[in-house]
Amino acid sequence: MKTLLTAFVGSMALATAPMAMSAEANKELKMAYDADPVSLDIHEQLSGGMLQLSHMTFDPLIRWTKDLGFEPRLAKSWERIDENTMRFELREGVNFHSGNELTAKDVKFTFDRLKQSQDYKAIFKPFSELKVIDDYTFELVTTEPYPLLLNTATYIFPLDSEFYTGKTESGKDKSAITKHGNSFASENLSGTGPYVITGRQQGVRVEFERFDDYWDTESPGNVGKIVLTPIKENNTRVSALLSGGVDFIAPVPPTDLERIRRDKNSDLVTMSGTRIILFHMNQNRVEAFKNPKVREAIAYAINQEGIAAKIMKGFATPAAQMSPEGYQGHNDSLKTRFDVEKAQQLMKEAGYEDGFTISMMAPNNRYVNDDKIAQAVAAMLARINIKVDLKTLPKAQYWPEYDARAADMMMIGWHADTEDSANFYEFLTFCPDADSGSGQYNAGNYCNPEIDELVNKANVETDLDKRTAMLKEVEQRLYDDAAFVPLHWQDLAWASKKNVKIEPILNVMNFPYLGDLVVE
Amino acid sequence: MLAFLVQRISQAVLVMFVISVIAFAIQDGLGDPLQQMVGMSVSQDEREAIREEMGLNDPLVVQYVRFAGNALQGDLGISYFYGKPTMDVILEHLPATLELVIGASLIIIIFSVPIGVFAAIRPQAWLSKFFMGVSTVGISIPVFLTAIVLIQIFSIGVTVDWFPQDAGWGQWLNAALSTEGGLPSYGRGDDLTPLFGTWESGFFSQGGLLHLILPSVSLASIMLPLFIRLIRAEMMEVLQSDYIRYARAKGLSSSRVYFLHALKNTMLPVITVGGVQIGIMVAYTILTETVFQWPGVGLMFLEAITRSDIPLIVAYLMVVGLIFVITNTVVDLIYGLVNPTVKLTGKKA
Repeated sequence: MKTLLTAFVGSMALATAPMAMSAEANKELKMAYDADPVSLDIHEQLSGGMLQLSHMTFDPLIRWTKDLGFEPRLAKSWERIDENTMRFELREGVNFHSGNELTAKDVKFTFDRLKQSQDYKAIFKPFSELKVIDDYTFELVTTEPYPLLLNTATYIFPLDSEFYTGKTESGKDKSAITKHGNSFASENLSGTGPYVITGRQQGVRVEFERFDDYWDTESPGNVGKIVLTPIKENNTRVSALLSGGVDFIAPVPPTDLERIRRDKNSDLVTMSGTRIILFHMNQNRVEAFKNPKVREAIAYAINQEGIAAKIMKGFATPAAQMSPEGYQGHNDSLKTRFDVEKAQQLMKEAGYEDGFTISMMAPNNRYVNDDKIAQAVAAMLARINIKVDLKTLPKAQYWPEYDARAADMMMIGWHADTEDSANFYEFLTFCPDADSGSGQYNAGNYCNPEIDELVNKANVETDLDKRTAMLKEVEQRLYDDAAFVPLHWQDLAWASKKNVKIEPILNVMNFPYLGDLVVE
Repeated sequence: MLAFLVQRISQAVLVMFVISVIAFAIQDGLGDPLQQMVGMSVSQDEREAIREEMGLNDPLVVQYVRFAGNALQGDLGISYFYGKPTMDVILEHLPATLELVIGASLIIIIFSVPIGVFAAIRPQAWLSKFFMGVSTVGISIPVFLTAIVLIQIFSIGVTVDWFPQDAGWGQWLNAALSTEGGLPSYGRGDDLTPLFGTWESGFFSQGGLLHLILPSVSLASIMLPLFIRLIRAEMMEVLQSDYIRYARAKGLSSSRVYFLHALKNTMLPVITVGGVQIGIMVAYTILTETVFQWPGVGLMFLEAITRSDIPLIVAYLMVVGLIFVITNTVVDLIYGLVNPTVKLTGKKA
C-alpha cells in the first residue's frame, strides 16, 4: 500500500513538474482597497494606488525587496560603467499583453514619457538620457553622480511603445498624458505584468486575469482572476472581509485591528510604515518660533509615545526624526524627548514663561486619526502655556490652506517617493525657494543653509557609507535644532482570509506583489 | 393641463438656474480639485500650468458663463475624476440608486398599508401597540446604525453564548439568537441583467436580489415608521367621518367600508407626503449607499465632494433638483386623479 502511494505521488510530481507555474493559476481573489486606480495610465499620477496598479499590470526594471534591497525584474543585471552611467541588461523573451516583444526601445520610450509626466519629471530630473546600446542593453545616464539611480529605476515600468504610439480613431495622440479628460492611455493598457485588465467600471470594480504569456514562470503565484472593488467606508470594508464577501482588504482601520485579530477565519499583517506625520512651526508667522529654545520646549512638551499608544492604539511608531528605520538617514541615537518640566524650564529661559497664543490647522480625513492627533498636541502645548486655536478641515480644503501657510502650526504627512531620507529634507526642511521649488512643503520656514548644503553633498555621494554618515548627521542637526515636531510613522495593515497567504508579498512601500500571491 | 405643465417646466428651469449659480458660488469652499489630480511632489509651476489649462484661473463669472453656455446646449461639463461628460457618469450611476429607491418603496408600501390600516381599525390590540412601539424606535435610529447592525447580524453573523450551553433551554436560546450571516454586505453583485442603455438591473437574478435586501431594508427603515403612523392617523380620522358611519348604517360589509371607502380618502395626504419623501429618500441614499458601497449617484456625489470634482457636483445637484420638480408634478397629477375635487393650479375651472 505504502509503495503504491509513493509511486502514485511520485508520478504526480513527475507529471506536474514540467508544467509552467502560471498554467496552474486557477484561484480567484476578491479584494477591496479604499479606492480604485484613477486611470490606467500609470504616468498620469504618482500615488500609492497607481503604483499598486503598476505592479499588477506592468513590471519594473528592478523592484524593492522586503528589506529595502533590490531584486532584478525586467532588467536581469546592471553594472556601473562610470560615475554617471549605469548599464542594464534586459531580460529576453518578455512579451507585452499585446504580443509585442519587450526591447530596449520600449524602455527608452517609457523613460522619455516619464520625463514628460508632470508627476514624475521631478524624480527623473537628475537623469540626462537613456542610451540604447542594442535590443537588450541600455544605459541610464545622469548629469552628476547620483546615489539614488537604482531607487529611481524601480519607477521604470516599461510600456509597450508600439501599442502607445500613433493616433486614435478620433485623431488623438496615443502617447499623450492627460490630467483631465480622456486619453488613449487612460483607458487602454499593455504591459508585461502578471495581470491583464478584462473589465473596468470606474469606482465600482476592476477585473484582472492572469496573463497567459507571463515571463516569470518561476513565480509561485496561483491566482488566475482578481476582482478589485473599491470600498471607501472603513466599516464596510472590514465587514466585507468578515462576512466572506472579499478575501483581501487594505487598509485596515486601527479601530478594527483587534476585531480582525480575534476573528478565527482572518489573518492580519501589520508593519511599521515610512510615512512621517509631523507639525511645522512657522517662524515667519510667530516671532517666538525663531527662538530655538521655544522650538525645543515644544519638542519636549509633546508625548509621542502617548499619542501612538492612546490615540493610534499602537498603530504607529513614535518618531523623533523623519527617516524611518531602514532609510540611510535613520539615526538610532535619536530618542523621543517627552519631559514637561524641562519644557517649562526652556520656555522660562526663552522668556515666554507666560506663553502665547497660536493658530493650528490639520486635515481631518487625510491621515489616520489626524484630527484627534492635532487635538492631543494642542492639549499638550497648553501645559507649557501655549494656547492653541485649532481648526481641522477636509483634505480638499486643507491643502489650499497649507499652500497659503494659513496657520502657525500645520500638520503634514510625508512619504519619500524615492524611499530615501534626502527626499524628506528637500521638501520639508530646505530653505523655501519658490524659484527652485525646494522646501515646497516647508511650512515652518525653518532655514539652515549649512544643512541644505550637506544634503546636496550627500545627493552626489555614491559611496554608501559616507552618504549614510552625512544623512545621519543631517537628522541629528535637525533634531538638535528642533526644526519641526515629529510625531510618528503611521503603521500599515492588511487583512485576508486564512487561505490567502499575503504575508510574503507585502512590503513597507505598500505595493503588494500580487503576481506572486499564493491562495491555498 | 397644458398651462399647468408649462408653469411647472418654467419652475424647473428656474430651480436649475438657481442651483447652478449656488453650486458655482460655493466651489471655492469645496477645495482645490488639483489636489486630487497630482502627486504631492509636483511643483507649484506645474500646478499653475494645469490650472491655467483647465480654465480654473478665470474669474468665476467667466467660468459660469462658459458653463451656462455649454449647459444650454445640453453639455454639463466633464468630470475631473472620471474624465467623461458628467451626464454620462450620472446616467451610469442612476440605475443603481433608482433600484435601491424602488426596493425601499416596495418594502414601505407592502408593510405600511396593512400595518397602518390594522393599527387604525384595532388601536387597542397588543399587535398594534407593538407596531407603534417599534416604529417609534425605528424612526429615532439613524440609518447608519441600522445598516451596521443589519450587516453584523445578517452578513457577518453573530454567535450568542449568553446562556448555559449544557442546559437544553440555554442551548436552544443560544441557537435561536445566533445568526449565520451570509447576506452580501456591499455592492450590487456580479449577475446583473442588462435592461437598456446603462441600466443593469438586479431585480431579475437571485444574486442581484440578495444584494438589494440589506440596503433596501436600511433605506426603508427611515420612512416605514413615518408612513405607518401617517396611514394610521389618517385612517382613524376618516373612520370618524359621517360618510363612513352612513356606509356602516347602510349595512355595507366592513371590508368594503375599510378598504374601498375609507382607504381611498386616507391615501390622499399619504400620496402628497410620499411624493416629497421620495425626493428626501434620494438624499438619504447618500448615507445608505456609503455604508453598503452601493454604486449609485449618492456615493458618487459624496466622493465627488471629497475630490472637489466641481462639474460633477453641479450636474448632480441639477439632476436632483429636476427629480424633485418631476416627482412633485407627478404627485399633483395623481392627486387630481384620486380626488377629482382638487383643481390643478393653472387649470381653468
